[in-house]
Amino acid sequence: MSVPEETSVESHGHADHGHGEHHEESFIRKYIFSQDHKVIGIQYGLTSLCFLMFGFCLMILMRWQLASPGSAIPWIGNFLGQANAPGGIMLPEFYNQLGAMHGTIMVFLAVVPMIVGAFGNYVVPLQIGAPDMAFPKLNMASYWVYFVGGVIMLVSFFLPGGAANSGWTSYAPLSVIATMGQTAWLIGMVFLITSSLLGSMNIIVTIFQLRAPGMTWMRLPYMVWSQLVTSFLLLLAFPPLEAAGILQLMDRVVGTSFFMPSGLYVSGEVLEYAGGGSVLLWQHLFWFLAHPEVYVLVLPAFGIISEIIANNTRKPLWGYKALVYSGIFLGFMSFIVWAHHMFMTGMGTVISAFFQTTTMIISIPSVVILTALLISLWGGSIRFNTPMLFALAFLPMFGIGGLTGLPLGLAPTDIHLHDTYYVIGHFHYVVAPGTIFGIFAGIYYWFPKITGRQMSETLGKLHFVFSLIFINGIFFPMFLQGLAGVSRRLYDGGMQYSHAAPVLHWNAFMSYAAFGLLAAQLFFIVNFFNSIFRGPKAADNPWDATTLDMAATTSPPMGHGNFEVVPTVYRGPYEYSPPGAEDSFLPQHVAPKEA
Amino acid sequence: MEIPYTVEPRPDTGLYNAKLGIWLFLASEVMLFGALFSTYILLRTGNPNWVQHPMDVPLATLNTMLLISSSVTVVLAWAGLRLKNFAQFRKYGILTLLLAGGFMVIKGFEYSAEFSAGLFPWTDNYMAVYFTMTGLHGLHIVGGMVVIAYLLGPGAKMWETEPERFTNRIEVFGLYWHFVDLVWIFLFPSLYLL
Repeated sequence: MSVPEETSVESHGHADHGHGEHHEESFIRKYIFSQDHKVIGIQYGLTSLCFLMFGFCLMILMRWQLASPGSAIPWIGNFLGQANAPGGIMLPEFYNQLGAMHGTIMVFLAVVPMIVGAFGNYVVPLQIGAPDMAFPKLNMASYWVYFVGGVIMLVSFFLPGGAANSGWTSYAPLSVIATMGQTAWLIGMVFLITSSLLGSMNIIVTIFQLRAPGMTWMRLPYMVWSQLVTSFLLLLAFPPLEAAGILQLMDRVVGTSFFMPSGLYVSGEVLEYAGGGSVLLWQHLFWFLAHPEVYVLVLPAFGIISEIIANNTRKPLWGYKALVYSGIFLGFMSFIVWAHHMFMTGMGTVISAFFQTTTMIISIPSVVILTALLISLWGGSIRFNTPMLFALAFLPMFGIGGLTGLPLGLAPTDIHLHDTYYVIGHFHYVVAPGTIFGIFAGIYYWFPKITGRQMSETLGKLHFVFSLIFINGIFFPMFLQGLAGVSRRLYDGGMQYSHAAPVLHWNAFMSYAAFGLLAAQLFFIVNFFNSIFRGPKAADNPWDATTLDMAATTSPPMGHGNFEVVPTVYRGPYEYSPPGAEDSFLPQHVAPKEA
Repeated sequence: MEIPYTVEPRPDTGLYNAKLGIWLFLASEVMLFGALFSTYILLRTGNPNWVQHPMDVPLATLNTMLLISSSVTVVLAWAGLRLKNFAQFRKYGILTLLLAGGFMVIKGFEYSAEFSAGLFPWTDNYMAVYFTMTGLHGLHIVGGMVVIAYLLGPGAKMWETEPERFTNRIEVFGLYWHFVDLVWIFLFPSLYLL
């Protein structure tokens, strides 16, 4: 499925520009085991879009179950297997698998590979004026290691006992005694961590070493800055999870007891473990990764949004330096806030006080970034095209996600809200209408550059409007349910609890909204494939942008080396509507006129 | 267009690409082993019934000497290439490989002695930490041995075509090797002596 559009991408490149030095490359070298950062970026993009859809479909099954617990899933229920859904009625065990794998797939296989693997790979070398990534072979390896990790995760559904079912957080000791799927999860994670390690090293070295002449640090587009900070987070936060994964694998396979406390009873029997381990240790190691991971998800989205806002307001970003310093500060701080996920574990008030303080501090740079982007809109003559609509919606949506996080970051209020639907609503506002809207904004923005064809604005706007309505229909009621105290992991949606009764009617509403959101994606899918084959030809600089990726390359960029000559950079990234100039924008690589 | 700074350093960073790459990789390795050392500290201080089994300190001391020596020989191998003396590189490269192999053989004797004494990873958490950390470190040694064996064997052809790039490869390998030694320098006292 993915081959035709890649073929078309390259064939336009040849037809339009005819850079033919690499004709001798075989199909496999060029499209499958390619070392060109653009092809690898597209590979990442298509693979992670498939995973995004797959993870969403897992959630659609769960939403069916929550809307009408115990009723047979129509048609699809026949294919889920007797072990998971006898007669089409979902079993609790299967619901747990879906929950764990929805989280895992969305975070590690869909959003991060999309926003770092695809956008980082494709856009960063173009924006800094580099011919490729610093290590092309490593780049290829990182994609294929990711691919293998994804396959392991998918195959785990067919193991006896199904896929991992201990939540995406895999808390011990439950995960240590869980079915075989958890072992597959751990092995899959080791692959994904290795992939992101290789990828993040590559991005950092590329940004440090391969900037074009004149591309100083303060002339980097904000997208590049956000990818740089993100890569440092991936580089330094993932290894502790790898260590934790190794330890849990040792517990499960070899029988050590790193995470197994002494005298643990399960179903009335003492487990055969030496004991003396610490269950909290897993949570510390896990959240040491998983909190920086939140910023891995959101920082590149900030980067994408910044490019699009500057481009479509036709004026420079407000507070570029503040954005840069806030991004770096955010990166540092994200390493010392992890235990705010653990206020309920009894780790003590002193530690809680420390982590709630750092958590309040980290909200400052987030607010600075959001405010700077908001003020950037002021006084601009805004072009409301599809990427800009998604970018504009990102601001309030991420704002809701961020503000609802404050009560979770404060220990006293968290005690009430912990593990309720409020938490689900909070982080989905950050990631779904936040980051995923950022991803869509980026796809609509770079699509003409990548394929050489324009997408349909009408279909894009329909996609935007319906997505925005339905996504709020899913996530906003979660706050109401969460405040009423509905726990997040109940497979019947909370029917057995009387305190949940007044808010249970929202379950059906949210599920209809989720089905609507699924239907709204058809606009995108149709638009995507139709535009690849039949879209009108895009100009070389489709959005009249100033950055090198748009201004200094052809659409699509030439196969090897990206640029005809190494561009020289003369100015900052967002010289829109410069006073006294004839054009409405001054690209970074255009030499100033002789005085 | 060629990728710049694969061999010569970039003026403003002072590094060629692979050297920055290996430093970043080592930073992530610090975090990996850092998490494991933290685990060790947390489990040991949190468990009032912690048992520290007596380990074979003389053998481990010998192993420490072997690894430190191999750190010296890998530098001498690199220095040989800098002096355009391929024979010196060969001699000290092979010596490095032998010292690393010696380390692994001694480690194997230690493991088998522990197994025959009835000490297994699942015996208690001290043994679990011991086998996991030394095992992961051993994997790093084996990985390094594979790389230096390749650079001494088929990889050495690059000396004929791109001598500077080949010298850089040995330097990058050397940085990795020093790190692996350094991990052992931490493992030895914390597992055997303290």
